[in-house]
Amino acid sequence: MTAPRRNGGLIQVGLPSWVYLPATVGALFVIVPLVAILLKIDWAHFIPLITSESSVAALLLSLRTASASTAVCVLLGVPMALVLARGRFPGQSALRALVLLPLVLPPVVGGIALLYTFGRQGLLGHQLDLLGIRIAFSTTAVVLAQSFVSLPFLVVSLEGALRSAGSGYEHIAATLGARPTTVLRTVTVPLVLPGLMSGAVLAFARSLGEFGATLTFAGSLQGVTRTLPLEIYLQRETDADAAVALSLLLIVVAAVIVIASASRRLTGPL
Amino acid sequence: MRSIVGIATALSVTALVVGCSSSQTDSASTTSAEASPTSTAITGDVTVFAAASLKSTFTELGTRFEKDNPGTSVTFNFAGSSDLVAQLTQGAPADVFTSADTNNMTKAVDAGLLTSDPVNFALNTLTIVTPPGNPKGIASFADLASPGTQVVVCAPQVPCGSATEKVEQATGVALTPVSEESAVTDVLGKITSGQADAGLVYVTDANGAGDKVTAIPFPESSGAVNTYPIAVLKESTNPAAAQKFVDLVTGPQGQEVLAAAGFAAP
Repeated sequence: MTAPRRNGGLIQVGLPSWVYLPATVGALFVIVPLVAILLKIDWAHFIPLITSESSVAALLLSLRTASASTAVCVLLGVPMALVLARGRFPGQSALRALVLLPLVLPPVVGGIALLYTFGRQGLLGHQLDLLGIRIAFSTTAVVLAQSFVSLPFLVVSLEGALRSAGSGYEHIAATLGARPTTVLRTVTVPLVLPGLMSGAVLAFARSLGEFGATLTFAGSLQGVTRTLPLEIYLQRETDADAAVALSLLLIVVAAVIVIASASRRLTGPL
Repeated sequence: MRSIVGIATALSVTALVVGCSSSQTDSASTTSAEASPTSTAITGDVTVFAAASLKSTFTELGTRFEKDNPGTSVTFNFAGSSDLVAQLTQGAPADVFTSADTNNMTKAVDAGLLTSDPVNFALNTLTIVTPPGNPKGIASFADLASPGTQVVVCAPQVPCGSATEKVEQATGVALTPVSEESAVTDVLGKITSGQADAGLVYVTDANGAGDKVTAIPFPESSGAVNTYPIAVLKESTNPAAAQKFVDLVTGPQGQEVLAAAGFAAP
């Protein structure tokens, strides 16, 4: 494995065999807890547990809010990534650090920050109140919380894609007389579409799993603000079997997203 | 959150192991000849799993216990009662367990975690809390159901929520809360941050929040009283010290600290 092999003129460098040991430990560290959940499932009651009124309401709300926040992330995140990757202005690196901050913040801190921004007595709460907009305890609050924590995921992956794609083709298009919007639409966006897709998938997955910011900022009410992670947390208080069943449901939804995006990346353009 | 509890548990285990080994070496060096294993002196570590609502009172009592019994160290794991029972049944090492309701203590009894019957040492009741000054002018439990009033309560699955349900049934007033939180501290947070008009929390939580909330006691709360039991665990590695801590909580000193925080005597 360590000896270089010739393959069609290219020298293939094998991995050092010791790498496989920590890699296996790492894989088991992720896989064993998932197996543990599977073993803990009460299969006889699994279907009734995940089709109960509260579970279905939580799943639908989660899918709805995660889709909405992914849309928000794409609408705001694509321009942000373009500005960070292609724009040139003073304080750019400081701005990048700031907008990526939610990536490393504990979500509960994000929730508190949102509370003091959009909450009833928050920074913008009074103005919003005058406009007749009440965000507290509404589904909008859930989408805001999810968008806040997911946005940096989309920005980071799209910015990376933009940087690695380079601006060569854009320059050529521009020298051929294309206006900036035309370049963006016909060259840049198609070029980084796989990066945009994987960024959107990441944002959706992160939104689906959002817990801390939602709990702190939006509250918890069936069908309105109680998403699947909040429902799992609550069910755990009285019915461990229901919590485990719902956990599996969330794992399955997440796995479907990850697998779908992986196969898309393999078969998609580029 | 689970992982934080896990880390806290792991840390307390480490503290327990370190505490034990150091106290053993200490006693070995001072009493070289006669190392009697049945010594009655209270030393070593006591790990207490306690309901989250006991945080401030038990922290104070822990400090007092360590002062009264030099050579001891009290480690706490504060969490929701049902979390604590789940951790104990999964084998978390602890000496003393207290829950915020009898339900969860019954679970511990049924799981065979105790050596003797638990002792009830405190009572807690619900109170209405509003942002400071009570801007909505809420005066009774029935006022919570008036239209346009945003009320936050605990979900029925947690002890404070089941107490809320009991009061609703007793009064015939059906609340339409804007949020059903999974912890009483989350209800309090929604009030201190001014998000909601009123909430239902324990008297002790309202006391602890000081002037960040206005508490409005209501007579119907007597229909739903939470009882706090305490017990020494079967798996305790330091049962003598554990019993002494239980004695402190149930004794006059403990009762005085609990009463100051708003708990009633059982």
